[in-house]
Amino acid sequence: MISPADSQSVGIVTPQVVHFDTPLPLACGRDLPAYDLIYETYGELNDQHSNAILVCHALSGHHHAAGYHSADDKKPGWWDECIGPGKPIDTNRFFVVSLNNIGGCHGSTGPSSLNPDTGKPWGPDFPPLRARDWVISQVRLADYLGINCWAAVIGGSLGGMQAMRWSLEYPERIRHCIVIAAAMKLSAQNLAFNEVARQAILSDPEFAAGRYQESDTIPAQGLALARMVGHITYLSDDAMASKFGRDLRSGTLEQGDESHAEFQVQSYLRYQGSQFSGNFDANTYILMTRALDYFDLAREYDNDPAAAFRQAQCSFLVISFSTDWRFSPQRSREIVDALIAADRPVTYAEIEADEGHDAFLLPLPRYVDVFRAYMQRVGVED
Amino acid sequence: MRLDLKHIQRWIDPDSRVLDLGCGDGEFLEFLRDQRQVRGTGLEIDQDNITAAIARGLNIVEQDMDQGLANFPDQSFDTVVMAHALQAVHFPDRVLDEMLRIGRECIVTFPNFGHWRCRLYLGTRGRMPVSKFMPHSWYNTPNIHFCTVKDFEALCQDKGIRILARDVVGNTRRQPLLAGNWPNLFATTAIYHITR
Repeated sequence: MISPADSQSVGIVTPQVVHFDTPLPLACGRDLPAYDLIYETYGELNDQHSNAILVCHALSGHHHAAGYHSADDKKPGWWDECIGPGKPIDTNRFFVVSLNNIGGCHGSTGPSSLNPDTGKPWGPDFPPLRARDWVISQVRLADYLGINCWAAVIGGSLGGMQAMRWSLEYPERIRHCIVIAAAMKLSAQNLAFNEVARQAILSDPEFAAGRYQESDTIPAQGLALARMVGHITYLSDDAMASKFGRDLRSGTLEQGDESHAEFQVQSYLRYQGSQFSGNFDANTYILMTRALDYFDLAREYDNDPAAAFRQAQCSFLVISFSTDWRFSPQRSREIVDALIAADRPVTYAEIEADEGHDAFLLPLPRYVDVFRAYMQRVGVED
Repeated sequence: MRLDLKHIQRWIDPDSRVLDLGCGDGEFLEFLRDQRQVRGTGLEIDQDNITAAIARGLNIVEQDMDQGLANFPDQSFDTVVMAHALQAVHFPDRVLDEMLRIGRECIVTFPNFGHWRCRLYLGTRGRMPVSKFMPHSWYNTPNIHFCTVKDFEALCQDKGIRILARDVVGNTRRQPLLAGNWPNLFATTAIYHITR
C-alpha cells in the first residue's frame, strides 16, 4: 500500500492560491476581470528554472495530482501513479506544477465563485471557456512562478488537448509535449455523450437554470446521471465484463419471483454518480464538457492539422490505449500522422490495455515503461 | 552491430534524414545519430524493442508496415532503411514502392534463400531449411516471403527500380570473394542500395 511515508510518494502537499488582477481576455470575447488559480507543486525548481513540468488535468480533474493533503488522507492525488520520486514524472529531477483550471470547482475561480459585479455566485453567467483560455491562464501561472520554458507539458484526455494547444500557441515555451489518450477534436459520438450528460443536469429541477447556489439546492440527481453516462464511456466493454459481468447485487432471476433484480454494475454506477455529485459543481461540468466539444486543434489553421503542428517546435510523445473508445487509438494516430506530415519529432506507443479510457490513470507496466523511457530524454538543463 | 548494418552505414550521408522500418531496439539509428548526426525515425511493433529504442532517446512510432505507410509524405526522408524485414511483410513489392515514394534512396537487406546451404538442405532432405540464423519451422516462421538475390533483382527490373549498389555478406571469412562473384549461391545476406 502507498502512504505519505512511502519513498515513492511526494508525501504531504499543501495547495497554494495565487490571485491575478490583470483581466484575462477569453476566446468568447469577454474578459475574466480577476481570478484565483489553485495549484500544487512537487519537487524542487532548479536554479536555471529549466526543470519545470506542467500537468494539465482532464474533464473532472483538479490541482491535487500527487501526494496527500494530510497523514490520514485515504487516497493520494489523481495521478500519483505517475508523479513522485522514481516514477515516470520523477520529482527527484523535475519540478511539477499542477493546477485547477479556471472554470473549475476545486479552488480556482469558476461558476461557483462570487461574481464581483453582483456579489452573487457566477453560476450560469460564468463566461464559457475554451482550452486556449486555460493555456493563457497557465502562461500567467508560469510567469508568476518564473518559468520561462516548460521542460514538458503533459496531459491526458482533455489535458492532452491543452498540452497540444501549448505547443502551437507558445512554441518557444515548451520543449516536450506529452499527449495521452487524447484527440485533435471530438467525434459526433463524443459530442452526443456530452450532450446527454448536460441534458441530465439541465433537466434536473434542482438545477434552477444554473442558479442552484442562490436557491440553495444541488442538482445532485442530474450531476450523478451525467457522471454515470460519462463513466460508461471511460470503461471498456471488456473491463465492465470482467469487473461486473452479469453478477447480481440483490434479488433473483428465478421464475416465480417478481421482485426486481439488481446487477452489480447498476449499483457501481450509482455509487460513482452519487460520489461525484457530492464533490463536483454542475455548472463546471457543463462548462468543461462544452470546452471539450468546442476544441478543434486545427480550426484556426485552415482545418489542416499538419499546418497547425508546423507551429510547434517541441518533441512529442503520444500514447493511446487499445480499448479506449472515448478517444480511440485511431484519434491518437491522427495526431501522430499530422506530426509526421509536419515533420515534427514524434514518438508513439499504443498500449494494450483492457481498462478503456481510464487506463491513462493506471500503473500499467508497459505504459509506465514507455512513459519513463521517454522522460529520460526530457532534459532538466536548458 | 549486425554485419549488414555495418555494411550499409557508409551509404548514409551525415546530417541526413533516415526512416528505419523495423528499427528493432534502435541500435542502428542511435549509431547514425551519434556518429553521423542523422535525424532518424524508427518504426517498430515489438513492445520491448520500442521501449528500448525510446530509452535511447530516439523517435519511435509504433506502426505495422503491413497496415501501410501512407502517413509518410512523398520524399520526406533522404534514406529509408529496411533491414531483414522484407521477407516478413505481407506485400514486399508494395512496401518497396512505398519506401521509394517516401525516401530519395532506400536500403534493403534480406537473407538470401538461394544460398547453397538452403539449396542443399532442401535438395537433400526435401524439407524447408532450418538453421541457427533462421530457426523457425515453415508453419510458425515470421519470414513468409523468402526470396533469392536473383528474385530480388528480377523484381527491381520489373518495377524499374535502379540498383545503386549491391553488397553481400557471406558466412565465413573466405567467402566474401565467393559471395561477391556468385552472390546467389554464396551470399547469406543481400544488401541493396536502390532508388527510382
